[in-house]
Amino acid sequence: MAPLLEVENLTCGYGPVEVLRNVSLSVERGSVLAVLGANGAGKTTLLRTLSGLIRPTAGRIVFDGADVRGVAVEKLVRRGIAHVPEGRGVVAELTVDENLRLGGLWRRDRADAQAALAEVYELFEPLARRRRSVGHQLSGGERQMLSVGRALVARPSLLLLDEPSLGLAPRVTAQILALLAQRCESTGLTVLLVEQNVRSALSIADHGVVLSVGEVAMSAPAARLKDDDDLRHAYLGF
Amino acid sequence: MDRFLFLTMDGVTRGTIYAAFALALVLIWRGTRVVNFAQGAMAVATVYIAYSVSGATGSYWLGFASALVGAALLGAVIELVVARRVHDAPPLNAIVVAIGLVLFLQAVLGMIYTNEYLAFPAPFSQNAVFAGVSPYDVFVFGVVVALLGVLTWLFTRTPLGLRMRASAFAPEVSRLLGVDVALMRTLGWVLAAVVGSLAALLVIPTELGLHPTAMDDVFVAAFTAAVVGGLDSPAGAVLGGLIVGVLLSYVGGYVRSDATPLAVLGLLVVVLLVRPGGLFAVPSARRV
Repeated sequence: MAPLLEVENLTCGYGPVEVLRNVSLSVERGSVLAVLGANGAGKTTLLRTLSGLIRPTAGRIVFDGADVRGVAVEKLVRRGIAHVPEGRGVVAELTVDENLRLGGLWRRDRADAQAALAEVYELFEPLARRRRSVGHQLSGGERQMLSVGRALVARPSLLLLDEPSLGLAPRVTAQILALLAQRCESTGLTVLLVEQNVRSALSIADHGVVLSVGEVAMSAPAARLKDDDDLRHAYLGF
Repeated sequence: MDRFLFLTMDGVTRGTIYAAFALALVLIWRGTRVVNFAQGAMAVATVYIAYSVSGATGSYWLGFASALVGAALLGAVIELVVARRVHDAPPLNAIVVAIGLVLFLQAVLGMIYTNEYLAFPAPFSQNAVFAGVSPYDVFVFGVVVALLGVLTWLFTRTPLGLRMRASAFAPEVSRLLGVDVALMRTLGWVLAAVVGSLAALLVIPTELGLHPTAMDDVFVAAFTAAVVGGLDSPAGAVLGGLIVGVLLSYVGGYVRSDATPLAVLGLLVVVLLVRPGGLFAVPSARRV
């Protein structure tokens, strides 16, 4: 079967500054791809381009068999791409319940949107206890659960996750990633995960891509990236 | 004592109108971070629609309804044609454009209807029947309370309201969740224009009459009300409106009537100096 997402020679940037150069990668259906790299490597720009927030200057993005370059953000969500932005993107002024409902508002199948909401509360129990709390009252871990949960309410086929470990205790990160891995297993969800925290990313990834100053420096199965000491030293710094 | 009661009731009635008009300003501010200085001129334009339709049909209520429909259209057109273009520009651009819009609308209205004061009567008697309150005051009060009820319901109980609030607070995140933020912004302008029109329809019969600049003083009072309440807070705008209304009524009644414009500006300056975020400013949440 064709990969769910194929990126070919993607180039993009802000004004004259090129942040990504000829980036190519593909994500198999039901797999987890980790995009690794240091600060400034272009990881976040890659995700923002894939979700339609930034227009690439060159290259192709093929999602689920269709070229989606230039498709508006709001339309891509309807095709099955959910992007959990860096810094989590919880709407701080809205309650947990409102944030979650917002994730499914565009769906026509109201009954299934309700069911998806109930599933998220089941998956992330702390959220169910804080339904009426406003976003800015939540802990970092709860916010991360809320952003991921809100993306899942849309029942996406591809989840783009930007630095889920940022600012969280390792135990909390591990807990969230484990729940996510479990979800992938049971629903066939495909995940593209961007991380600086290589260890936690590789713990759930099938495949890893290393970005270095806007270019793909390395692409290998996660197991190989974990075990190859030279590689880790060269690109990942541990 | 009678005089105090009279001034208080009068202030509350005017205050509810300021509150409605301040709400219109808050609606646009929350969605676009623009103070719509053209709100008064837009509202006056819709009252002229009511004037023409009522004149042609003889029905106050047909005119009333056409003004609200006209306001919705005007709000949409101005957002789509003008406001949208300055949305990503520096704040000064939006202010200059809004002031340009004021001059444009007032000039066009003057050309069509002349710069004379036209009579725009109230649908109910304005003679006080009890404690300085007239049937028209009751009508004004009822309309504004109903308006507040509808807006509260819209924003807190409907999916559309949730989309509009989310778009105002976090536009980019809302887009990522499939919300058409540009559409929500247009709807925000539509809603604000309708609310502003309603306020103008209510206030003009209590003033000198219909004139292209008839809402200028109300705009200043409502703007002050919105700042007193904190531009981000609808509840603050309502309370701010009541505070400004009552204050102006006392100043007009106990000091002298031509001191009220000065009092409004004085209040605005004091609030900006002492509590620039408004009386009900919530410390903005840190986004982590």
